[in-house]
Amino acid sequence: MKPDDPAIRWIDPPELTLSEQLYLPLFAQGLTTTMRHWKRTWTEGPVTVSYPDEEPTIGNPLNYRGVHRLNRDEQGRVQCVACFLCATACPAHCIDIVAAESPWPDRDKYPESFTIDELRCIFCGMCEEACPVDAIELTSLYNLTGRSREEMIFDKEKLLSVYDKTKDSEPMQSRSGGGAS
Amino acid sequence: MPVVWIDGREVELAPDERLNGIELAARVGIDIPHYCWHPGLSVVASCRMCLVETGRRDPQTGEVQMLPKLVPACQTPASDGTVFVTDSDKVRQARAMVEEDLLLRHPVDCPICDKAGECRLQDYYFEHGRERRRADIKPFHSRKRELGPTVRLFVDRCVMCTRCVRFCREIAGSSELYVEHRGAHEEIEVFPGFPLENPLAGNVVDLCPVGALADKDFLYQQRVWFLRPRAHVCGGCATGCSIWIDQNQDRIYRIRPRENRQVNDWWICDAGRYGWKHVHDATRWIEPAMRVDEEWKSAGWSEVLEELDRRFRAAARPALVLSPFLTVEEAYLAVRYFEGLGEASDIVLGPVPREGEDQTFPGGFTIAAEKCPNRRGIERVVQGVTGRVPLSWSEWLEAGIEADCVWITGGYPSAPFGESDAESLSQVSWLVVQDLFDHPVAARADLRLPSVAWAERQGAYVNANDHLQAFSWGVRPPVGCRSEGQVFWQLGGRKRLYHPNDLLAEMAETLEGFSAARPPIAETGVSLAGQRIEETEVVG
Repeated sequence: MKPDDPAIRWIDPPELTLSEQLYLPLFAQGLTTTMRHWKRTWTEGPVTVSYPDEEPTIGNPLNYRGVHRLNRDEQGRVQCVACFLCATACPAHCIDIVAAESPWPDRDKYPESFTIDELRCIFCGMCEEACPVDAIELTSLYNLTGRSREEMIFDKEKLLSVYDKTKDSEPMQSRSGGGAS
Repeated sequence: MPVVWIDGREVELAPDERLNGIELAARVGIDIPHYCWHPGLSVVASCRMCLVETGRRDPQTGEVQMLPKLVPACQTPASDGTVFVTDSDKVRQARAMVEEDLLLRHPVDCPICDKAGECRLQDYYFEHGRERRRADIKPFHSRKRELGPTVRLFVDRCVMCTRCVRFCREIAGSSELYVEHRGAHEEIEVFPGFPLENPLAGNVVDLCPVGALADKDFLYQQRVWFLRPRAHVCGGCATGCSIWIDQNQDRIYRIRPRENRQVNDWWICDAGRYGWKHVHDATRWIEPAMRVDEEWKSAGWSEVLEELDRRFRAAARPALVLSPFLTVEEAYLAVRYFEGLGEASDIVLGPVPREGEDQTFPGGFTIAAEKCPNRRGIERVVQGVTGRVPLSWSEWLEAGIEADCVWITGGYPSAPFGESDAESLSQVSWLVVQDLFDHPVAARADLRLPSVAWAERQGAYVNANDHLQAFSWGVRPPVGCRSEGQVFWQLGGRKRLYHPNDLLAEMAETLEGFSAARPPIAETGVSLAGQRIEETEVVG
């Protein structure tokens, strides 16, 4: 888009009021936030945790964007239909899928292989959002470590095992309530 | 001059032009949605997607009388005084209704449908459909059925446009498909015992505007939005169909026909459609190799080219065998190089693979028996540069080979050389073979060079009807492979990189047979017919 594009509507920044021009009221306003935390630290103790000796508490684990998992359907099969929408949405290009005809009569397509390069992933959650069958989800597991790069490339089995590990603490969320599964 | 009005715009037609509403609208940049109409097939006007308002303008008073009902644009000829209205509320409402009706019985399983991304139903629903679906139907699973060895039908995705049925009847002439049942129960079906296996069967997949017909070879291989189509020309036979090579990161996933009314209309044959497998064959040569003490030793290109130049300049009688898979520019460079070596060089047309007889279908499409793209182009080049007709491969072998240094160019998807050819070449003191795969003649070579497949070439092919089509690479060759064009460009002492367009301009200037081929060449190519050349006898 060029600066002279007719679709651009140019607006002037609002005029500063007297208190804004004085700068000091805003300065005080900012400082109150600092003071609030300072007071809380004094009365309730520090807000930081000394990880890794101490585990942090995660506000809402269902909203947290940690390690991925691949959900299973009611029959324990991978829920993913290999539609490639997560791989398309992924801004880091870390998802690699090989699709194939499914071995089950009630399903057409399934991922023969599904790998996520967790080192490349930026944990933006776009894959989760793009998924039409709620097959890929981000869990609240945040302490992701490994001894080699290869270890950090998660294949289908590994991603399904993350589901097995987290399915009780974080039940599968269904947002679309439909889709072709 | 007939004058037609469309959405208030005045369009003047040539007196003998016969357009329907859709074609007329396309000319002025208005898109009328349609499923069942296809320029290459008969008109049935059954999908009702192209409904528009029409009327007639009185030539004397200028008064416009509109028809009360909507009519299909595909069936309405644009004759003098016709008025089309394609953007009224009435038309918009009709389109939304058709879309809603089509989706009533559609599975909406887009995530697993291979057509998603190039589906008319998706595009038109987005553009003309309602915001929300009123019918309370959840996405479901489409039933599927095998129509033939290459095509699968997803029954419930079908919108009953009957393009596939009409194609099999009108173009392929084999009529395997028909419509079973009536009304909402209509389904596409094959006649029992007649599976869809005509040589043009794959076209029904391209024709299908939705995801009902799927090509089993491409099914689930790649989502279409990852593919980058590149315009190319099929090297499968002497018809030289215009094609799209759908590739992603230099790997071919499928081949589709490219509209070219002068060559292949909208179709290609299945042999061409699936004829790209050799390009990604793991047994391809990928580096030059020199025979040293009966052992193949890999060598670098610069070293090899120096050796080649030295040997051929010192040769008493060099010979060049031109493969019919070379482009005209490559052949031109090669012949120019051998002309520069002296008067005594042999210039031979390599083996021309043939299979059966030419096969012409009722729709006018022809599959040529000659299974190579450029025999006529090679002959034209040799004749233009040397003034002689090239010897055919068998003539050359029968006459007894006197050449001492022989260069056999290639690009053959499957080698047409046998043991007897290798026997005949045993007297040659230095033999260079540039090709894709091992074959008996290559086993005797002193130097083998990795060539490139037709899908990786740049240049122009001349088809059986003397129609020249220029193209750039469809995919890039594997690292280490070089086309004959690149090799002879360098040997010819030309600067910069191999650039076929410059060469074609040079050929149009200097060679009589190519004067019509002055760049820029249209996407559909240019006919060289009329600039006749002497015919050679084709011996397989």
